[in-house]
Amino acid sequence: MNNLFSAATIFGIIGMAIRLAMPYLYAGLGELFNQTAGCFNLGVEGIMMMGAFSAFYVVYQTGNLFLGIAAAAVIGLFMGLIMSLISVTFKAAQGISGIGLTMFGVGLSSLLFKTLLQGTVQSVAGFAPLKIPVLGDIPFIGETFFQNNLMVYLAYCLIPVCSVVLYKTTLGLKIRSVGQNPQAADTLGVSVIKIRYLCVCIGGVLAGIAGATFSIANINMFQEKMTNGTGYIAVALVYFSGWKPKGVLFGALLFSFVNALQLRMQVLGINIPSDVAMMLPYILTIITLVFVQGRDAPAALSVPYERSEN
Amino acid sequence: MSKKFSIMILFVCVVMTLLSVPVLAEDEVFQVAMVMPSKINDYSFSQSMYEALKVLQSEVGEENFEIVYSEDMFNVADAREAIRDYADMGFDLVIAHGSQYGTSIQEIAPDYPETAFAWGNGTDFFGLDNVSVYQARAEQGGYVFGQIAAAVSENGKLGVCGPVESGDAKTYIDGFKNGAAEAGAEVSVTYTSSFSDVSLMSAAAETHMDEGAMVLTGTSQSIPGAVSVVKERDGVWLGVQWDTIPLAPENVLVSLVYDWTPILNEIITKMTEGIYGGAAYDLTFENGGLQILWNTENLEIDQELIDMADDLAQKIVDGEIEPLPAG
Amino acid sequence: MLLKIRSFMQKTFDAILPIFATLLALIIGIFMLKSLGKNPLDAYQALFEGAFGSQRAIIQTVIKATPLLLVGIGVCIAFRGGVVNIGGEGQIIMGALASAAVALYLPIPSRLIMIPLCLLTAMAAGAVWGGIPGFLKARMGVNEILTTVMMNSIAVYFSNFLLRGPMIDPHEIEMGTRAAQTAQMPEYTWLTRLAPPTQLNTGTILAVILAFFAFVLLWRTTIGYRIRAVGFNSAASKYAGIKVPIYQAMAMILSGAFSGLAGGIELFGVQHRVLENISANYGFNGIVTALFGNLHPIGTIPAAVLFGGLMVGGNKMQRSVQVHSAFIDTLLGLVVLFVVAAKIFSTNRSKRRAKNE
Repeated sequence: MNNLFSAATIFGIIGMAIRLAMPYLYAGLGELFNQTAGCFNLGVEGIMMMGAFSAFYVVYQTGNLFLGIAAAAVIGLFMGLIMSLISVTFKAAQGISGIGLTMFGVGLSSLLFKTLLQGTVQSVAGFAPLKIPVLGDIPFIGETFFQNNLMVYLAYCLIPVCSVVLYKTTLGLKIRSVGQNPQAADTLGVSVIKIRYLCVCIGGVLAGIAGATFSIANINMFQEKMTNGTGYIAVALVYFSGWKPKGVLFGALLFSFVNALQLRMQVLGINIPSDVAMMLPYILTIITLVFVQGRDAPAALSVPYERSEN
Repeated sequence: MSKKFSIMILFVCVVMTLLSVPVLAEDEVFQVAMVMPSKINDYSFSQSMYEALKVLQSEVGEENFEIVYSEDMFNVADAREAIRDYADMGFDLVIAHGSQYGTSIQEIAPDYPETAFAWGNGTDFFGLDNVSVYQARAEQGGYVFGQIAAAVSENGKLGVCGPVESGDAKTYIDGFKNGAAEAGAEVSVTYTSSFSDVSLMSAAAETHMDEGAMVLTGTSQSIPGAVSVVKERDGVWLGVQWDTIPLAPENVLVSLVYDWTPILNEIITKMTEGIYGGAAYDLTFENGGLQILWNTENLEIDQELIDMADDLAQKIVDGEIEPLPAG
Repeated sequence: MLLKIRSFMQKTFDAILPIFATLLALIIGIFMLKSLGKNPLDAYQALFEGAFGSQRAIIQTVIKATPLLLVGIGVCIAFRGGVVNIGGEGQIIMGALASAAVALYLPIPSRLIMIPLCLLTAMAAGAVWGGIPGFLKARMGVNEILTTVMMNSIAVYFSNFLLRGPMIDPHEIEMGTRAAQTAQMPEYTWLTRLAPPTQLNTGTILAVILAFFAFVLLWRTTIGYRIRAVGFNSAASKYAGIKVPIYQAMAMILSGAFSGLAGGIELFGVQHRVLENISANYGFNGIVTALFGNLHPIGTIPAAVLFGGLMVGGNKMQRSVQVHSAFIDTLLGLVVLFVVAAKIFSTNRSKRRAKNE
């Protein structure tokens, strides 16, 4: 009860937060691409479930983890294509098509699970922790930061990559201009449709991988609806981030930290009702959002693009 | 346009016509319907009942015993309609396998005197002679498992990954805490407040293990998340409600299995005698409904431990031990 | 005259579009059923029979349609005001909890007082739960999608807390079963049942009346005009002197009130006690319903019946043919995707027409 502030406990909480943040990072960064280009994809949850299942199934059949990730990415890409077809080409209301995609993805993943695996929960050997030499040996810090599995490291490496792509490359400029002012971008010869397709597909791939982290890089088994709302939180985190990759990082870590903290408090027997503890991450996210001001959404977010000349 | 349109209309007509083809009538077999809030493969409460029905079916042959079910009926209004519809379709026995279905049974059962209803984990049969009620005395198993866990734990620290503070999950945990406390072990409990959050369940198990508890237990369909952590970090898991051994053959020491077959047999036997309900059943050590399933196939288990558990179970049967603390 | 006919045709086309989209989804479903080894004809017959095949089926569909309709109306209002209310789930839960508290702890055994009081409490609680995101958006510019998603989770945990602790049925503790539910509501708070033994109740009538009310509110009052103006073009509205944030917040509050009422009617009309999962995804499905109804309160009425029918029929399909419930979820997802995608045909037609004229 009194050892909440011991070094082991504090580093334990941080370490867990780092691992818990992983799916939020993949899915959140993917959604960041969507939204920066002006597409709002609420179907992340459905894509994640399909990614989780396909990765699990491939690993279960072949034992090859990288094939599993690839499968999740391909399925994510495919789901992203469906989403972009509906929201870009058919110019559908994006929030609702996202809900439809979620229903479809969550349902189909359960259905496949029942048909292909007879609905039996089984486990596979997932990504094992990878200790980084030297750094991994530092007491506490090593265990917390440098003894995670490959997918965790990759998630954190993805943040600078996304920053560079979005803010330091021509492609990033195009993406942002399509999200801010598609008419102007179009006049300058940027293909709004192509960029949006690309971004929604990138978002799909990353969401697929986010799902895969559940089934082969964290829990290493598949269960229906196992992502349990992570996709919606990831979308919310993008708003929280102010459309900046490091904002996604901050949001994901904050949310995961509070979750890790409340679990630890329960284990240590600190007496708060568990349901109240479970609320904390959500309440804190809202409060933080109120105090972090001055965010501008991409101006054309969730507005389907129409060429004005027809 | 008009061509496409007429094709579509034609199609609609075809579909509608086909829809009106009648289904064939059913044969004379014993028909059981089960309505449950989770799924038949949840590794816990629902699965235990479904597998019991399967056992009965294999005894009398599939052609004489039909089982149908409705999963995911967490919405009581849907469940209610399912229960009524099964009764309407002429099922012999309708099992409402969720404590939240009580009011529905109370309202529907009087309308179908020819159908037997069973409600679990239920509290009473409302004085209706076609309703049986069954309940798992999870605290009995909890007490014994608390003692077992305390005996196998090296540092006297135990972790419980409870999903929610309600229903038989709660009574199991209360029994577990009591048993462990009497054996001098320290129990910490986490609630994730969700039956399905596998990811948080695994985080909870990890937190327990970080704080030194190597012997863990818990219930609900989200426990595979916790078991996978126990497996990875080589801890010990005690399963509840259904056999969790297949999830981690090297780490699940023992499972507390709910075996509903004795109770179901009694209900069905009585039905053949024309008694459709009006009785309450408890799943206990005494009637063999609560079973301790040791993982002897994969692990070497100390015979003393097994004897201790049997002894405790016997003492509970004899009334020498109260599984729940007084008050 | 010709124009009128064309406009009528146009409207009819818009209205039946969702039905075509649904049929398309059902066709894909045939292949899925085949691959599951089920007979598609049996399955769809069960679906249809379960939804509209008998008097009881129709009543079940209507019961299911009621909360969908109420949430849908709320979603229409929010969308018209340019805000997205994904918080229906949370608002339903809070509406049910607050009104349950009133019904259980305020001993005034009078139907005349209690029923309006309980339903108003439900509306107020929903309005507060929808109003918080509305207020945060209006005053702080906090995105309502984020807050409503978060508020949903908070409401679920809050309800779990109450149902397992302070508000648990004392009988459950006494018997040691500890199911997470409140005691039964006192009988004088129940909404009148229209066709016993089914649960069809006066709440359905109220919901339909409110759909018309919402229509009048949005299209025949100044407040409604301003809400729509804000949603249609917030910049222009601002120049016209409309206080945009206030009307956006108001749209959220109204939207929340309708969802809260859905919770209240589900409680006093159908369930008679608050259980876990009382929201039963109505919050999300209500959004889809509103979309089916072209985001128009009146259009939401048939949409709710269609969608409610699909859900009720889906359950029947699970019972009769033993297809997994996941199949129905998948099918509904497809229906939604096709319906939103099909919208482009009606928009394109109206655009072509506008160009020709």
